[in-house]
Formats: sequence, C-alpha cells, structure tokens
Amino acid sequence: MPVGSVPPKYKVTIDMDLCMLCERCIENCPYGTFRREGSKIQIISRACTGCHRCIAMCPRDAISLEEKPVDYRSHPVWSREAREAIYTQAQSGKIILTGMGNTLDVPQIFDRLLLDACQVTNPSIDPLREPIELRTYIGKKPRKIEIKKTSEGDTDLVTELAPNLKCETPIMIGHMSYGAISLNAQLSMARGASEVGTFMGTGEGGLHKSLYPYQKNMIVQIASGRFGVDIDYLERGAAIEIKIGQGAKPGIGGHLPGEKVDEEVSKTRMIPLYSDAISPAPHHDIYSIEDLSQLVRSLKEATEWKKPVFVKIAAVHNVAAIAAGIARSSADAVVIDGFRGGTGSAPRVFRDHVGIPIEAAIAAVDAKLNEQGIRNEVSVIASGGIRDSADVTKAIALGADSVYIGTAALVSLGCRVCGSCYRGLCPWGIATQREDLTARIDPDIMYKNVSNLIHGWTLEISELMGAAGINSIESLRGNRDRLRGYMLDENILSVLDVKTVGADA
Amino acid sequence: MCGIISVINRKKNPMDGRAVREALSIMNERGNGEGAGYAVYGAFPEFADYYAIHVFYDDLIGPKTAVEEELDKLGTITHDEEIPTFEQPNLKKRHIPWRYFFKPNVSALGTTASEEDILVYLMKKVNTTIPGALIYSTGKNIAIFKAAGWPEEVADFYRIQNYEGYIWLAHNRYPTNTAGWWGGAHPFNLLDWSVVHNGEITSYGTNKRYLESFGYVCTMHTDTEVVAYLTDLLQRQHKLPAELAFKALAPPFWDDIDRMPEKERTFNTALRMTYSPAMMNGPFAIVVANSAGIAGITDRIKLRPLVAAEAGDCLYLSSEEAAIRVMEPSPDRIWMPRAGEPVIGRIQ
Repeated sequence: MPVGSVPPKYKVTIDMDLCMLCERCIENCPYGTFRREGSKIQIISRACTGCHRCIAMCPRDAISLEEKPVDYRSHPVWSREAREAIYTQAQSGKIILTGMGNTLDVPQIFDRLLLDACQVTNPSIDPLREPIELRTYIGKKPRKIEIKKTSEGDTDLVTELAPNLKCETPIMIGHMSYGAISLNAQLSMARGASEVGTFMGTGEGGLHKSLYPYQKNMIVQIASGRFGVDIDYLERGAAIEIKIGQGAKPGIGGHLPGEKVDEEVSKTRMIPLYSDAISPAPHHDIYSIEDLSQLVRSLKEATEWKKPVFVKIAAVHNVAAIAAGIARSSADAVVIDGFRGGTGSAPRVFRDHVGIPIEAAIAAVDAKLNEQGIRNEVSVIASGGIRDSADVTKAIALGADSVYIGTAALVSLGCRVCGSCYRGLCPWGIATQREDLTARIDPDIMYKNVSNLIHGWTLEISELMGAAGINSIESLRGNRDRLRGYMLDENILSVLDVKTVGADA
Repeated sequence: MCGIISVINRKKNPMDGRAVREALSIMNERGNGEGAGYAVYGAFPEFADYYAIHVFYDDLIGPKTAVEEELDKLGTITHDEEIPTFEQPNLKKRHIPWRYFFKPNVSALGTTASEEDILVYLMKKVNTTIPGALIYSTGKNIAIFKAAGWPEEVADFYRIQNYEGYIWLAHNRYPTNTAGWWGGAHPFNLLDWSVVHNGEITSYGTNKRYLESFGYVCTMHTDTEVVAYLTDLLQRQHKLPAELAFKALAPPFWDDIDRMPEKERTFNTALRMTYSPAMMNGPFAIVVANSAGIAGITDRIKLRPLVAAEAGDCLYLSSEEAAIRVMEPSPDRIWMPRAGEPVIGRIQ
C-alpha cells in the first residue's frame, strides 16, 4: 500500500551566482542527485546521502547541504527514525539494513573519563627531550622467566617466547574485507600501517595478491564463511585472527551482496562470481569453547606455531567470562569489539541494540583476567568507536594492550560517515567495487593520509603520557588510577574501577 | 622530596644507630618533620629464628586482643614486649609500637603454605580487618623504628643508639599523600625485605593490579609498598637474581635493547615483555634491603638522586654525598650510579 513519500533527509542547494556549470557535482555523485538541464543544475535532494563528495569537489563552494529540511510533528516517543523505519518496513517487509556504527544518542563513556597530569610532586616528561616508548608486543607472554647459570657463570634464558607482533604504536587497523571495501582502500591502509610499523586486518575477504608486499604487516582473518582461506593465505599473514563476532552485529555473520562480487573479489574470496557471500552466524565447527580451542591449535599446527592467533568477539553481556575462556585456550590475544563498532552492512536493530560499550567491556575483561592471574599472559585489543588519541589513551588506561581503528582509518581516506556503505556506491571509492569510483583513491598518495593519522595520534599519546609522568606504554596499561570519572554514576564507576573527579589518590 | 641513606657492613660487623641518625638529620632540607624511620638488620640475635612482628596499636584495649587471637591461631608467640620509647618534646605518641617474636604453624590454615605464606596471610588479615592495628614489619632479626617527626626526634624516641646491626636503612620524609600517618613513614617491610623510597610511582595503578593478580593486597595507601611486593614476587617467588629483578623494574629502553648483541637482546626483550606490568615509572630512588644485602636503584631517567660510596667493608647509598660523609668522611670511592643501574652490596 503506498503511503506517499517520506520527507527527504537532506536538502541540497546550489548558489547559482557562484556555480560555473562545470558539472563536477554531476560527475562525482553516483546517486544521481544532480542533472544538467539547460543552463542550470537540477537537484534531486531525495537521492542525496549526505556524503559531501559534491561539496568537497565543487571548485566554487557553491553547494550547501541542510539536514532534515522538513520537520515531522515533534513527539518524544515517536521519533522521526521510529516512524521512518515503519514506513520502510511497511513497504518492504524486510530487515532494515544500515552502514557504519550505532546511531542512537547513547552517552560516550570515553568523553566522561578524564586523564591525569603531573604537577610539582613529580615532573612531567617532555617527549621532545626524553624518550617515550609506545612499542607494544601483541601475543602470549610467559608467567615468569626461567633462567639457568652456565658453568662459566653466565645467566642463560631457558624460557622460549611465543611469537608476538611488534607494533611501534598501540594503534592497529581492524578488519575490513576486500569486497566490503575496495582494493585501493585496503592498499592505502596496508601501506600506511606498514609505514608506521603497525598492523592491519584483512577481514574475511581473503588476501589479494597486490597486498602481498605488505603481508608482514597484515593479520589474516578466518570468519565463519572461511572465504579466501587456504594454507598460502595463513602463511602469508603476520598473525591469524578467528572472528567469532563483531560489535556492530553480535550474533550474526557477515553479508556481502553479490553485486560487489566482481572477478577480483570472487578470486580472492574463492567464491563464484556475483554470488552473495553470506557467512553463517556461528562457525559450524565451533559450538563450544573447547571447539574454539581446537581451531586455535589447528591453525597453529598448520603454521608450525610461528604465528600468533587472535580471537575476536563482540562485547556482549558476558564478555569477561568468554574472554577468560579464550585466554585459557592457546590463543595469543583477545579482540573485543564494542557496540559502537562500524560495519559495511548490518541490520539496524542489531547495530543499535545488541552488545555493550567498549569501555565497560575492556574494564570487565581486564578485571576478570587479572582476577584469574592471567592478564599479562594474553593481549587484549579493543575496538569499536575509537575516534581519537584520547580514546586510545583511555582504552589503554582501562586495560587494553592496543586498539583497532576502523571508521577512523576510513575517514582519513575521505569517508564522511554517511552510512550508506551497504549500497556499494561509495562516492569516496571506499565501500564500493565500481571501477570509476574505486579509481578515486590512489593508494600511492592516500597511504600517507593513513600513516599521517596514526603518526599524529601516536605523537599525541606520547604527549599525554609524558604529561602523566609515564615514559613507557606498559606503565599506562590498566593504570586506572590515572583516570577519573566525570558525571558517571556509581555503578559505571565501579565496573570501570575508576574514581570520581575530585577523589583522593 | 625525601632523603634516604643506607649502609651495609659486608663482613656483618655490627654498627649502632648513632651515625645513621646524624647522616639522616643532615638531610632535613629533604623532609618536613612529618615522618622518619630506620630499619636495622641483625637487631635481635637472641631471637634470630623468630619472625619479629611489629604492630602499631591505636590503643591497648580492643585491637591488641584481636591481633593476639590471630597470632595464637596461626602459631606461637615466644616473646613479646612493648617497643621501648622515650618521650620527646615535639613527638606525640599516637600509637603504641609492640613487637612479637613469632613462630608460624605451617599447617594452621589447612592449605599448602610456607611460613612466609602464613605471615603474608596474617599481615593481610590484620591490616584489612582489625581497625586500630597495623602490622608494619614481619622480618626475622629486623627492627623497624618509624614515626611522624624529624629524623633525630624519631631516633631519640626509640633510642636507636641502643640497637646494633650490619645493615641500616633510613628515610627522611616530606609526605604529600598520607601526611603525618606513622604507617606511611618508611622503611616499609615485608618479611625479609625492607624498602626506602624517594619519589612518586606513576605506574602505581598498573603495578598494583599486577601484584593483585598474584594475590598481594596493597594496604598502606602508598606507592612504596609495591616496591617491596614486586621485589618479593620477582626474587622470592620467581627466583630471579637481584640484578635481573631490578632490571625488570627499570629496564633499558627498547632503542638500547635493539642495539645489543643477539643473545643479550633476546634476554632483555624476554625479561621486559614478561615483566612489563612490573616496570616502575615516574621519579624514584629506592634502596631495598634483605638479610643478604642492599641494593639501590633509580628510575630509567634518574629523576631522583642516588650516590654510592665504598669504604673498607662498607657500602653506602644515599640521596646526598653529604650524608655519606657524615658517616664516613673519607670513603675509598664515591660515585653517581647511572639511571636504572642497580648498585648492589652483598654480605660476604
């Protein structure tokens, strides 16, 4: 039944006094928002996704964008989003798909945590003049060191260390698959990550051969669909990650629409051309923790125990106990992905309503592992809504070893967080496989955006650490004494194990 | 800012408390009269096989009975006495210091336990559940004298000239976090370990959590106790030699490790990765003692001073050269240890 059209989300206008009819807006918008009609540009605002590509490319700054140009009758319960979702589903009878992270207006715990600095009783350390160490090893650590005295009186190391990833910064790039994003986007991030001595995930889309030059800095992923997995893939990665779940859609598998599966994607994923790639919700060989433990060991056997194996889970209610179970398998790191995590495509109802915030998840996991006396034996990587260096610093102070960034890395490539990734028409050449669009990213130029971003954040973390009188990242990890909660309630403070602002040391 | 001085006679010849009192007092510029303390090893030769448990009581009514009940449950008290004190014009006796010479019963808890485990259990139990009682020392043959006051007042309050030992550790305090609290004065002791510390440990939260994962409980509200516990964990439980244990607390920078020859690099990398939560950050100079010797160490960029000197059988460690020269006007050698480099004096 037609219910008529819903109001457009955006209103695009062009100042015709400024416009020179160059048509760059027409060329740049894959959604068909602009059309040339005689001596003017006709605008179909309804097609606009708010991606800003036209605005960024307009040489005259002639284009303006207004959000929500038509008001609904205001109502505290029946929000615009609630009503529009119903109109959509009344037409389609289907699940509503969305892209990017949670759009609900939930409080950001990170913004209510404040960092510390030194005054008088201890000196702050100046990173321009003194070393500040951010090197982070990700992987299993022994509980203690065993040594023996040689007959010559030397001390020899008996303990053999498990393989670890050596990161020069605690910032890594999370898993975004080839297919979900373009090869040029992956290439830019892989080269950017290599440049600054960190790592990047392949996602579940396999490893395209043009990424081989960066394989030393890439973590290969095994998800429930097992796309692109063979022994060559496992051996090329610096580490292997088993993806159990994802913060944006805990409990369900990935979905890549067939339209995005062109020849290269099909080869890399090892699936038929233009077929939907639908990952099952669970791994069909993992129905319990002991099955996971077997898969971890199988992967290690296959790669001769030379590679760390990570396990990624979504931050769900019982995240701490699950992480503790994983830590007691042979896994080297646990990745926890909070409910603000982004995605190329997720059902709206999952993205917005399932899982818990990463801040609480880090604190709970760190506390549980510590209580069981195994915290330092395994690494914890946190992800899901990390926006800046302050978030990274706070995540580490709460107990993470390092973080994965996803959306932030895409934003460095131009992404405007318009949330239409699932449509496969990304005007920035990121979440698309259409050649004319992917060509908008030149990896030889854009890698610098990614390395600049990570480098800039790394410098800021050094400054924050120096101000706090800490010259090594190890001494920040789990150092919740250097955080204070501002306007957080007592329950959250007790989960975070952080004191309130104004509290004594 | 605080002042520390320590001396060991490596032949174990006894020294009385007079010289260390003078040495500590000359650093009064580093304190503010709100805390001073002394530790002496070899103080109770007649009770050398018993744990000398030192307790501060707020009064002699409730807490003392409660502590003694615990002691009776966990072992045998061979001898106990109020630690003799002598009134000083400016030092108010806020607590009653008491000492017990104690033999723990390893089967008292019913679980697998060593004598040390019983003592650690006792200390945790008393300090967290009995208000008005604080166990501040548990070592064999070790006496601790501390209070809120200037070094010479505290020394005279306990008359430390009447005690002799082969190791002295002393501390002159300028408190910021727990002003005036006797329990907050240094030295801190745990079993055979005693610690004096000048500085502020910025990694306290990380170190504390790490220690908690091994069952230690921090009860003194100050960062110094983590040094004692970390030393206990690394040296007693993990059996690392002193040099390596201190290296774990103040490891070389990665840049320096990367430049080492392969074997050394592997060793240092493993040590640093394994003990990263034990690394201490922030400004500190520390002297740690046990019955076998003393060791001094500073943070990795030496934000607090430490001077070392040798004279005959004695090794001195101090915040200031002046303090050492009070005790020994012409040492054979006097030097400034490098940042993060431990100076160790062992008995022969």
